[in-house]
Order: sequence, then structure tokens, then C-alpha cells
Amino acid sequence: MENHLLSIVTFLPVLGALAIILVPKEKLDIIRWGAAAITGIQLIFAIWILSVFDFASGDVQLVEHFAWIPAFNIEYFLGIDGLSAPMVLLTALLSFLAVFSSWNIDKAHKGYFALFLLLDAGMMGVFTSLDFFLFYIFWEVMLLPMYFLIGIWGGPQREYAAIKFFLYTLFGSVLLLLGMLALYFLSEPHTFNMLILAEQSAQFGQAILLGMNAGKVIFILLFVGFAIKVPIFPFHTWLPLAHVEAPTAISVILAGVLLKMGTYGFLRISWPVLKEATLWFALPLAILGLINIIYGAMAALAQRDLKKMVAYSSVSHMGFVLLGMAALTPAGMNGAVFQMFNHGTISAMLFMLVGVVYDRAHHRDIEGFGGLAKVVPVYAGVTALAFFAGLGLPGFSGFISEALTLIGAFPVFTWITIFATVGIVLNAGYFLWAYQRVFMGELNSKYEKLEDINGRELFALIPLAIITFFLGVYPTPMLNLMSTTLNQLVEVVKSAGMAAGL
Amino acid sequence: MDHLSSYLVLSAILFSLGLYTVVTRKNGVAILMGVELILNAANINFVAFSKFVTHTLDGHLISVFIIMLAAAEAAVALAIVLNLYNNRGHINVDEANALKQ
Amino acid sequence: MINLALLILFLPLLSFALQIFFGRRFEDKKGEWVSVGIQFTTLIMSLAMFVMMISRNDPNFSLEMQKSWLDLGVFKIDLGVYIDNVTIIMLNVVALISSLVHLYSTAYMAGDVRYSRYFGFLGIFTFSMNGIVLSNSLFMIYMFWELVGLSSYLLIGHWWEKKSAADAAKKAFITNRVGDIGMFMGMMIIATVLGTFNFQLIADRILDGTWASNAGMLFGGIDPHKLLTIAGVLVFMGAVGKSAQFPLHVWLPDAMEGPTPVSALIHAATMVAAGVYLTVRIFPFLTADAMATIAFIGGFTALYAATIAITQNDIKKVLAYSTVSQLGYMVMALGTGAYVAGFFHLVTHAMFKGALFLASGSVIHAMHHSLHKLDDHQTDPQDMRNMGGLKAKMPITFGVFMVTTAAISGIPLFSGFLSKDAILAGTWTYAANVHDGWLANLHMAWILPVFGFGAAAITAFYMFRLIFMTFYGEAKKPDIFKHIHESPKVMTVPLVILAILSTFIVFTLPSVNPISDHGWFTEVVQSPETAVTTGAAFDLEHFEHGMHEAHVPAMVTSLIVAGLGILLSVLVYLLNKISAENLATKLGALYRGSLNKWYMDEFYINGIIRPFLKGCDAVGRFDLEFYDHYLINGWGRNTKRTSRGVGFADDLIVDGAVNFSGIIFQWLGWTLKFIQTGKIQNYLIFVLIGAAVLFAVNVY
Repeated sequence: MENHLLSIVTFLPVLGALAIILVPKEKLDIIRWGAAAITGIQLIFAIWILSVFDFASGDVQLVEHFAWIPAFNIEYFLGIDGLSAPMVLLTALLSFLAVFSSWNIDKAHKGYFALFLLLDAGMMGVFTSLDFFLFYIFWEVMLLPMYFLIGIWGGPQREYAAIKFFLYTLFGSVLLLLGMLALYFLSEPHTFNMLILAEQSAQFGQAILLGMNAGKVIFILLFVGFAIKVPIFPFHTWLPLAHVEAPTAISVILAGVLLKMGTYGFLRISWPVLKEATLWFALPLAILGLINIIYGAMAALAQRDLKKMVAYSSVSHMGFVLLGMAALTPAGMNGAVFQMFNHGTISAMLFMLVGVVYDRAHHRDIEGFGGLAKVVPVYAGVTALAFFAGLGLPGFSGFISEALTLIGAFPVFTWITIFATVGIVLNAGYFLWAYQRVFMGELNSKYEKLEDINGRELFALIPLAIITFFLGVYPTPMLNLMSTTLNQLVEVVKSAGMAAGL
Repeated sequence: MDHLSSYLVLSAILFSLGLYTVVTRKNGVAILMGVELILNAANINFVAFSKFVTHTLDGHLISVFIIMLAAAEAAVALAIVLNLYNNRGHINVDEANALKQ
Repeated sequence: MINLALLILFLPLLSFALQIFFGRRFEDKKGEWVSVGIQFTTLIMSLAMFVMMISRNDPNFSLEMQKSWLDLGVFKIDLGVYIDNVTIIMLNVVALISSLVHLYSTAYMAGDVRYSRYFGFLGIFTFSMNGIVLSNSLFMIYMFWELVGLSSYLLIGHWWEKKSAADAAKKAFITNRVGDIGMFMGMMIIATVLGTFNFQLIADRILDGTWASNAGMLFGGIDPHKLLTIAGVLVFMGAVGKSAQFPLHVWLPDAMEGPTPVSALIHAATMVAAGVYLTVRIFPFLTADAMATIAFIGGFTALYAATIAITQNDIKKVLAYSTVSQLGYMVMALGTGAYVAGFFHLVTHAMFKGALFLASGSVIHAMHHSLHKLDDHQTDPQDMRNMGGLKAKMPITFGVFMVTTAAISGIPLFSGFLSKDAILAGTWTYAANVHDGWLANLHMAWILPVFGFGAAAITAFYMFRLIFMTFYGEAKKPDIFKHIHESPKVMTVPLVILAILSTFIVFTLPSVNPISDHGWFTEVVQSPETAVTTGAAFDLEHFEHGMHEAHVPAMVTSLIVAGLGILLSVLVYLLNKISAENLATKLGALYRGSLNKWYMDEFYINGIIRPFLKGCDAVGRFDLEFYDHYLINGWGRNTKRTSRGVGFADDLIVDGAVNFSGIIFQWLGWTLKFIQTGKIQNYLIFVLIGAAVLFAVNVY
């Protein structure tokens, strides 16, 4: 049993999706509660996994390793380490909570929840698989449900948004596939096993591909594939649109989990497998991180649509992840992965909150509200909490991760980091400005009878708020979980660079 | 007249007459009669070769078969012609072209 | 001791939690008294620590405890508590003002819409302020730094229905964050070079040469001394934001939108002093250049803010600018090396400025009630032009005002005289003795005493102007005046306590000499050893000696300038010998400049914020309307166009070929169908011909 925990946690939603398809479509409650139950069980398993996870070891654990397609040396290889464990927890948690944000989906419930669970399985698979081929399959599996979830249950421009998202990501996937195949054919014996690929890292650094250094070529191919997911400027424009058009729960998943898959891909594949290319690309990557931080924040300041503002804030926040990753210092790396987790919880809260007001007022124009704190005090309070968490107030987890990435990046990219701190002010700017326009001032008479946030919505928000707060005060458990692995990663990449004379 | 070639000539003449009849006539019954001539030309050949070349009775035997076969064939063909006449009021094979597309 | 300190730290947090979660239910059941009680408990605890300190009488006392908080193996952050005499005095100041403000607020805020919330926010403020005071590391101070920013935001925005209040709250938070980035950069430099945030360790490692050997790893081998200057000034930027020093002072006057007790607690006595406190903490590792910068900024702010205070008519605005000015004094003192004087002024200022704000709150409260009775919602209860003659109606408030104004103006027998005098003596000594730092190198060191004495004169002038406009003369609005009453006891008692604490004797005991600051304070607080071994501005003993010598001339000068200021004020506002209007028109541009705060807000709004927001707008539009629309979607459109071309070609060539073969066969079939006559005879002939051909082929 224990050896199959990862398979269970990955494939449970698939079973759930099949089960939901079999339920007659009139039995709405069974469908909803069924989805909640399945994701709930998944969450319990995720916590179980953490409880058997050895924090002190930086190796992959809970391994499941079988030959799958022996002819091509493709393996069914699952396992987690300190990098993927937080992501597994995040995925399970947000999937569970997002079910409750899906309560007011108003059509084709069966299809919605089945696709939702399939999406869940795809995401979980990405974080648990250690075979590149398997990874790629999950990567693609997750794409299709997303397309339908946005395209069918989304807002007015849903089809455009869905197509755009799909094409953008598919474009990235193609390059990813090319990179993957290049790695496969350059490795000896041909393999997709990420751990073996990482061991053969030096040989990719020397091989020649298309007349150029193979490591760099492959790095760029993978980079584009992952960068689109993150999204890194200039591959980011699918994001505001997809976020805005997607239903609330899907925005939550999109911002909370999907964006992390890009940065996770970097750390899982690009960094260990292409060590020398990583060092070579660190500076451009840090610059892109800086652009993300500043550009995202500036664009967020300009938005009138609350959801778009939150979407651009994601761009800005993910910039910190990039900066920390590129620095290749323990503080930067831990800060980056911690930021991935924190952004997951915080942006999930933000999107849920936007969803709450949109459900009631049926618009999201920041200028169209005013003084709401008077009629919806609880909602205003929770939003204030989420906004302050978003702007990196000490006491919330986002502060620690941002501070760590900056401190970690400072010795390596001094000037870039100095400019990046400006992002801290801008973050405060757009969050507080939006808060003022929505909640403060004279009450807009249109909303005198606005309903306050209800129990179900609070149920989805409070766990996130507690986690954000808890990790802001006491970050040790999460940092312990990942620091061994990440410090090892930094060490390995650095020493490879040293060996190559970089 | 005890020569193989004279039988063969007779047979050839019969065959030619039969073939001519089959090709030129439009009357179903006439065509049937042409076919009979051709079959009988073959019978003559069988018997003649059997008598002059192999000296066995095989040819004769086959002729008897052919005569029986011709009778059966005539029965079937006449039935078709009769049906054609019943349906169409004539037995002109050229106009029996319902299967032509 | 540590446990006591931790209790003092966390009890207000408990008050916050209680008020936020349960406060609403107990709003009309005296729920606020829980918070008041908690606050007074911490006051008693602080006083206990104070008594211990006095009986110990050890200027070098210190105590530290820390726990690992964040441990990445190679990188750690510890959180801990550091207690020395400065900490204890500061804790007392915070606890005292906070408890008095709690008490005062029970009357002042009675009937407020968010009454319990208000007390909760006071709680979280006190918690964060205590956190700053007790922090043993830069990182921890930064965390609480932001948290006081949050509580300040919440309290300034308490009446968020008013747009001006909401604006002011946002402005305060963001302006502070601008300073905080500087502080954060300074922290990053220090952490990178020394690998620690701990104050003591920083000083130690600068002393043992770690700094000198490691500094070169940044900025491509920068000179260690220069880097230390940069780090010091950057960390000080946090203080510039929080203590409202030029050019980040603009938020403080706007912060007066908050309830007046909040202004007293946060924006006069404690939070704004946090910047000064931070400077006190980093004092050991400031270089001569950094100190010159600090002194200059402080001195300039002191004079600059004083010039604005002259022309303000809103009673709280006058006090706000006066606060900025006094904070400038403290900062200047620390910059000149007058460590004790700077911190001393922080403490005395907390008392008299707290009292001034609470007293002005008392006046506003009375005005407000009177206006309420008249059902007048147009008249501004804070405008001094609507007051006058209140002396008769509000004797206690007036008495407190007189005492504290005397203190702030530097009149002997009051605490402000001692601390201000020490500061001015410090600037005098600095100017006379300094031999390093850019001020000295540019021969500009004498500008500091000029700033100092100038500000002293102006302070005396505008404070008495305030008194005369508010309490003397004829009531300018008689019907308002009719309904004015003295405030209730819960409000006046804190006033009186603070007024008593503004007298000299409180700080000079056990000696009783009204013109010398020597007493318990100077016994327990002494300047720390500097960690900067090279290029210090001057050696300490030399400085102490200079202070002693400068004491008398500085005192005499300060008395003269204060006297002049008061005299002018008396002439203009009490005796009306000189017309204020005439003066204003004569001074013209100067008057308008001062009235409009030298157009700093306009400069920020039109010069920085608007263009920046326009830039943001441009970015936002560029992103969606240009970049996405033309490039990304353009790519899509081009793909579509190409596809259409390819599709056309496909139709023509590939499909054409396919269709062509179809056509060929169709034609063939069409042609050949003529031999399919359906006539058996024809077929027979074909068979014959075929047979003949085969026969012929066979034969030949």
C-alpha cells in the first residue's frame, strides 16, 4: 500500500472522473459531493504522503519504478523529493478547495466535474513523475480539460480565451517535446529517466546539436515550453485573458497550480539535467524575472478589471520565483520554491474573492464599486487579509519568500535585485489602490443590498488564510521539507559549473 | 465418307450456322435454336474424334451428357422466354434490357 | 526579565484578537475596558522593568535571547529579544502613551461606528511597536516595521468613508514602503557581507575586520568603508520614511485624518519615533559620511517643517508639522553624534507631543460636540480660525497646553528645554570639532546649528501662535463658543499625567537642577562604542568634553531665539501690534510657499505619481492592445493567412491532382460505357473477335 501512495494520489481523480460520468446528470448533489469527496480523499493521501516523507533526505522517495514500454526504455517512474512534495500538497489542497468554488457552475455539471478531476490527475502526475516521457504525457493530459473548462464554462469571451490558451501552450509543448527527444537521443543508453539524464549532464554540455552546444539548444527549447506556463515575459499574454474568462475555480487552479508547473519544470529538468546551460542562462533569466516583477506590477496598476489586476499580480509574483531560481543560492532557491507555494495559496484566495463579488455584482470593474466594506464587512475583512498577504506584509508567508528570494539574489545579481525591490512598493500600490476604490469611500447605492460572503465560500478561504498566516509566522515546516533537496540542487549545479570552468 | 475431316467440316458448318443464328436473331427462341446447333456441332466433333482417333466410347458418352444438358438448358431458357413473353408481350432480347443502367 | 518583556510584547496582540473576534458583541457592554486593562497591565510590567533598571544603575546592561526561526542550513534567520536600558525606556514610553491613549479613547471615540475594531487596531499597533523596540536584529525590526505600517494604515483609514482618510492611509503605507525598500537594500548588503542581521553581531563583525575583507564581493570590489556608508544610509532610509524626514515626510500631515488619539499615539509619540529608534540601534556602525547625511537630513527637516507649521490653520496640521520638525531634531542629534541627546529628545517629545495631541483632541472633541448641537456639519472643528477664547471654558486643557507648549519651545523648567538644549549643544560641538564626513569636508558643518536654532525660534513662534489663536482673544464664532465644555475626566486625567511628565524634574532626578540634564537618564543611557574604527567623525571623549563646553553658549543662544520667537508671536497674535495679514502679503511668495507646504505634494503628484501611472497605463495598454493584439494575435493572424494560402495551394495542386485522376477515369468510363450495349450478341462478337485475336497471336 505504502509503495503505491503516489499512484493512488495521481490516479484517484481519474477513477473519480469515471465514477462521475456514470452518475445520472440529475443527481447534482451526488456529483458535487462526489467530486468533493474524491479530492478530499486525495488531500488526505497527500498529507499521508508528507507524514511518511523523510524530511532529512534530499533523495527521491516513495518511488514506484516499472518498465512501461521497454522497446523505447520508457518507464513508469513516480517519486517525490523536497521540490515536488510541496507541489503535491498544493495541488491536492487547491483541487479540494476549488471544488467548493465550483458550486455555482450552472450547466453541464457532470462534464465539468469529470473534466475537473481529469485536470487534477494531470497536474498531480506532472509533479509526481520522474520519467520525462510520463511527465510529458501528464503535461498534455492536463491541457485538454483546461481547454474545455475555459471554453465551455467561461465568461463571454471564453472561446477566444480557450483557443488562445490552448495554442499558446501547445506551441510550448511542441518545443518541449523536441527538447525531450533531443535529450533522449543524446543520452546513452537512450532514456527518459530524469535521474539518469541528470547524471549524464556533462555529456549534454559537450554534445553538438544543429551546430551549436546541445545543452544550450535544449535549454532554450525547454525554456520556451516552460516559460509559457510560468508565464515569463514575453510569453505571458494568454494569462490575463484566460484568467479573466475562466470560471472562478479554474482561475484558482490556473494561478495556484498551473503556473507553478513551469517553474517546477525548470527546477526538475532544466536545472539538474542542463547544469552548464543553466549557469550560462542565469543572468538573462534574472533579467526576465526583473521584467516580470516590474512589468507585471505596472500593468496591474493600470487595470480596471479586478480579476485582470490579480492576474497581472501573478506575473509580478512569479518574477520573484525566477529571480530566486536564477540566483542559485540556497536562500534564493528556497525562497523561490517557497514563493511558488505561497503564491499558490495567496493567488487562490485572491481569485476566490474576486469570484465572490462577481457572483453577486456580475461585474468586476474596480471603479464600479465603492464603500462595500459597509455592507459586506466580513468579505472586506477577508479581502484585506488576502490583499495584505499579496503585497507581502510580514506575518504572511509571501513576505518570507519574497524576502528570501531577494536576499538570495542580491549577492549574485546586485543591481537587478535593487531594481526588483521597487516591485515591493508597486505591489503595495495596486493592492491598496484597488482596495480603496472597491471597499472604501461612500457606499455605491447600487450595492446597498449586497449579500455578504457565505459559509461555503468562507470554508474554501479560511484554510488558505490559515496556511498563509501560519507559514508567515512559522515557515520552518515548509522550509524543512524542501531545503535539503534544494540545497543539494544548488550544490550540484554550482559544482558542475565549477568543473566546467564557469 | 469415312473420313474424320468430313465430320469436322459438317461440324464447322453447323457451328457457323448456329453462331450466325445466335448473333443475328433477336427472337429468343431462335437464339435458343442457334445454341442447339452449336451444341450439336460439338456433339458431332466428340463422336467423330472418339470414333476415328481414340477408338473409345468416351466421346459418345459426353455427347449423351450434352444432349441431356441441352434439354435441361432449353427447358430453363424456354421458361425464361415464356416469362419474358408473359411480362412484355414479346420475346425480343434486345429490349430485355432492364438491368442496363 | 525576558519573560516579562515577552508578555509586554504579546499581551496587546491578545487584546487585538479579542477585539477583532469578539469585540462587536461586547461593544455596549464595556468590552473596550478589556483592552484598557491589558494595556495598563503592560504599563505596570514596563514600570517594573524600569524600577529594576534604575536600581541596577548600570549603563552597560544588556540581555539577549534568540531562537532560530528560519534555518536553511547555510542560511539562517534568528528572531530574538534584545534588552538594554534604551529598550526599557522605550518600552515604558510606548506602554505609557498607549495606555493613556486607550483610556482617553473610551471617551473620545464613544459611539463610533467601529468602536471595538478601533481598540483592536490600537492593540495590534502596540504589539508591533513593542516588537520594534525589542528586536535584536534588522530583519525582525523590518518585520515589525511593516506591521506598524499596517496598523498605521488601519487607524488612519479608520473613517474610510471619507475619501481623504482612505487616501491618507494609502499614502502613508506606500510612502513608508518607499523608505522600507531602502532599508531592505541596506539589510541585504549587511546580510551579504556579514551573514547576519543581529545588531550586536554586525557591530562585532565590523570591528573584527569581517566587513573589510568581505565587502569587496559586492559592486565589483567596492571600498569597504564606502559600502558601510551606503549600507548605513540605506537602512536609515527606513527611518526617513517612518519618522517622516524630508523628502518622505508628506504622509504624516495627511495622517491627521485618523482619530486624534491615534495621532497622539502613533503619529506623534511612538511610531514616528521608531525611525529615530532604528537610528539609535544602528548608531554603532554609522560612518562619518553616513552621519553627516543623517544630520543634514534631520536638520533640514527640522527647519523645513517648522516653516510650514507657521501658516497652517488646522490645529492638528500645526502639530503634525511640528512633529516632523521635532523628529528632524532627534535625527540631527544622532547624526551629530549626540546619541544621548537624540534619544532623550525622543522621550521628552513623546510626553509633551502626546499631551499636545491629546489636548488638541480635547479641543476638537469640544468643538465637535458644540457643532453637533448646532447641527452644523459644514464648519471644520479643527480650524483654529473658528476657535479663540477657549481658555475660560476649558481650563484644564488650557493648562496642559501651556505646560507642553513651554516644553516644546524650550523654556527652562520643562523637559523640552533639557533635551533641546542638549541637541543644540551637540550640533554646536559637531560644527566646532568635526573633522570627517562630507559636511566637514565641504566646510558646511555650521549649517547644522543654524538649522537647529532657526527651527527653535520658529517652533516657539508657531506654538504660541497656536495657543493665542485657540485659547486667547475673543471667540470668533460665539454660538459655537456657547456650547463648548471641558472634556470628561477620562480625557483630562491622561492630559494632566503627561503634562506632569513634561517637567524637568522627571528626568533629572535625583539631582534637581533645571538647566542641566544630568540625572538618572544620563546615568543609564550612554553613547555606545562605535564599531567604525576608521574615519570616525571624532573621538568620543573629545566630543563629551566639547558638549560640556558648548552647553552654556548653546543654552543662552537657544533661550534668546526662543524668546524672540515668543515675543513675535505675542506681538502678532496676542497684542495684535503687527497684523498677520500685512505680514502675509508682504512676504508674498514665502507665505504662499509655506501655506502650500512648499508644493511638495504637488511635486509628487504631478512630477512622479501621475507620470508613473500614465506609464503604467501605457504598459497595460501596450500589453493588451499592442503586444498581444499585434504580435501574438498577429502571429495567429499570419498563421491563418499562411494557412489560407496553403489551403489554396492544396486545393489547386494536391487536391487538383487527385481530382484530375478522378476526371480521367470518369472520362474513360464515360467513353467506354458505349461498348456496354446490354446486347448479348455484341458481347458474343467481342468474344469471337477476342478469340480470333488470341488464335492469331497463338499461331503467329
